[in-house]
Amino acid sequence: MAALLISLILLAYFGGTAAYLAYVFVQREGFARVGAGCLAAGWLVHTGELMRRFVSLGQLPMSTPGEALFFFSWTLTAVFLLLTWRFPIRILGVLVAPLSALMAAALWLLPSRPGGVSPLLAGFWLHLHVLLSLAGTAALTLAGLGGLLYLLQERQLKQKKFGFFYRRLPSLTQLDRLNHWCLTLGFPLLTLGIITGSLYAQMALGRFFNWDPKEILTLIAWLIYTVLLHERLTVGWRGRRAAWLALGGLSIMVLAFAGASLWFTGYHSFGSFRMP
Amino acid sequence: MNLVLVGVNHKTAPVELREKLCGLFPDPQTAYQRLKAAPELSEVLYYNTCNRVEVLAVAPDPEAGIRRLTEFLASHPEVDPPELEKALYVHQGEAAVRHLFRVAASLDAMVVGEPQILGQVKAAYRQATEQNATGPILNRLLHKTFSVAKKVRTETGIGDHAVSISYAAVSLGKKIFGELGGKTALLIGAGEMAELALEHLRRQGVDRIIIANRTLERAARLAERFRGRAVPLEGLEEELLACDILISSTGAEGYVLRREQVAAAMRRRRQRPLFLIDIAVPRDLDPRINELEYVYLYNIDDLKEVVESNVQRRQQAASQAEGLVAAETLKFLDWLKTLGVFPTIIALQEKARAICRQELKKTLGHLGPLTPEQVEALEVLTRSVAAKLLHDPIMFLKRNHHSRHAAAEITLVRRLFNLDPDENHLRKPALAESD
Repeated sequence: MAALLISLILLAYFGGTAAYLAYVFVQREGFARVGAGCLAAGWLVHTGELMRRFVSLGQLPMSTPGEALFFFSWTLTAVFLLLTWRFPIRILGVLVAPLSALMAAALWLLPSRPGGVSPLLAGFWLHLHVLLSLAGTAALTLAGLGGLLYLLQERQLKQKKFGFFYRRLPSLTQLDRLNHWCLTLGFPLLTLGIITGSLYAQMALGRFFNWDPKEILTLIAWLIYTVLLHERLTVGWRGRRAAWLALGGLSIMVLAFAGASLWFTGYHSFGSFRMP
Repeated sequence: MNLVLVGVNHKTAPVELREKLCGLFPDPQTAYQRLKAAPELSEVLYYNTCNRVEVLAVAPDPEAGIRRLTEFLASHPEVDPPELEKALYVHQGEAAVRHLFRVAASLDAMVVGEPQILGQVKAAYRQATEQNATGPILNRLLHKTFSVAKKVRTETGIGDHAVSISYAAVSLGKKIFGELGGKTALLIGAGEMAELALEHLRRQGVDRIIIANRTLERAARLAERFRGRAVPLEGLEEELLACDILISSTGAEGYVLRREQVAAAMRRRRQRPLFLIDIAVPRDLDPRINELEYVYLYNIDDLKEVVESNVQRRQQAASQAEGLVAAETLKFLDWLKTLGVFPTIIALQEKARAICRQELKKTLGHLGPLTPEQVEALEVLTRSVAAKLLHDPIMFLKRNHHSRHAAAEITLVRRLFNLDPDENHLRKPALAESD
């Protein structure tokens, strides 16, 4: 059952990737609609599979890097679907669809960890912390990807060299608005994620902040986003700088995740779950 | 029923001749009165776009129709018939349909992909319908034409590539700002180029226009025409704060704007993007302005480069579009062929109705008094008998419109049901003899 559902999810996400690729090359709206449709269908199955796992585990399936990516793929797709509905920046799909597909595939590609689960990973507050952080990260990931598109388009306009992407990318204003939207959605969510996390840490460990590598890196990323949001609202920063900062924040978030799963050890790392 | 098309365009006729033909009938009413009066033409559409004058008509007899249309074009007193003869092209049937599709999709234009032509054909069609000059065939053809043109535009992207300087500027502006509606344009210099650019920007929805010029008087005149505001050249730096798009085309020797001026303005603008277009030679705007963040400066050569690379892309799109037009032409011709069976079907139904009416009248005459219900029952009976009888011949006609013997089959049905009594009268004596 699980294998079938996961196959379906992967089929839908990779199908969506193919449709978005076709959209980029052929430039027909229809393909983008098919792509969004595939993602939406895959997302529904994805929701079902996550709920199934939640019920059978009694907690969110978040204890291996594979599971975490599988879960993050779900939030990323959700935020992207919300975004395409609000802003028709369809070309973003060509980045999001394969990303979601690969991250969902990580459930199979990365080794799963047998055995028990840390008692630290249960409880309402922890679930809230995970959900909020991931949703915020998903929105901020889209801001980063949008920043990439912005820098690409800006470069072409500035250097007056119009390549393959010039026609296919939306206007600078639209891409900048995307950055703004994602930031105003993602930043509060991430902030709440951090707050609930530290409240939970206080309850469980007696300390708000534990100098865990993931905590430190996330805090740095959060500071970057704070600066970006502040400057956007007060000085009117936009465009290139906003795009670079969004990309910077994103790379630190990636480092925080990869670090927590591969190099560092801390109580956020997968598999260790030692009490600090 | 045959479609015929007669006209001249920029490839066949010099501009003098085209001008004369354009002015042939200044008001559509007279033109259509003349055309509708012609018995050879059952439906007609007359249009002139930037570079062409064409008349499209439905004519039962194509040869006579073409003669009439040629006469119509030659009726201008200043047009020299032999000269017109040389410039004129004539298309019939399939060729006429394809030609119209190509014109509307802007494949036959001087600048392939130019978007204005479709609008002009649409306007001409509106005029023709107002004058009741079109009928079922042209109505269907023109609606098809508009959808083909739209399909070509969306599927081949033929109009995506700007091929004129001012259009290139507008499309760049759209890549920076998204929509141009609500933006402010500042013009430096009030020459002809500025005027052209203004028209383009206006059409794109730019609503605030500021014109700065050395002589305020000229600026004021232009400002009045475009409902803008005229300012002296000295106040330029203040105006930089309000505008989004700046077009400079003065004849000044040195730079009108230097990097430092724009840099100062950008700080005060809170880095809102600024799109600068310098179409003056020698240049008005310091090229170092482009180094500033959020400022996009294009000079005339940059724009020309955009245009040239787009011309090539358009040619590729055009060959793709030709395939589309060919396919749609065939589809329309198929429909046109089915049209042939409808008069016969209508005639069959008419005949059945007439017989029913007649026989009912006779029968009701001898039946004596009946209740209204009974009369109605009889009417229904006769009608349904007739309908059941006609069902098969009608299906036979409808199904066979693709066959190669379509014409022969229609003739057979018409003879079988005696739908053209005049012709059969002629044959009657012969039949009587053989009895």
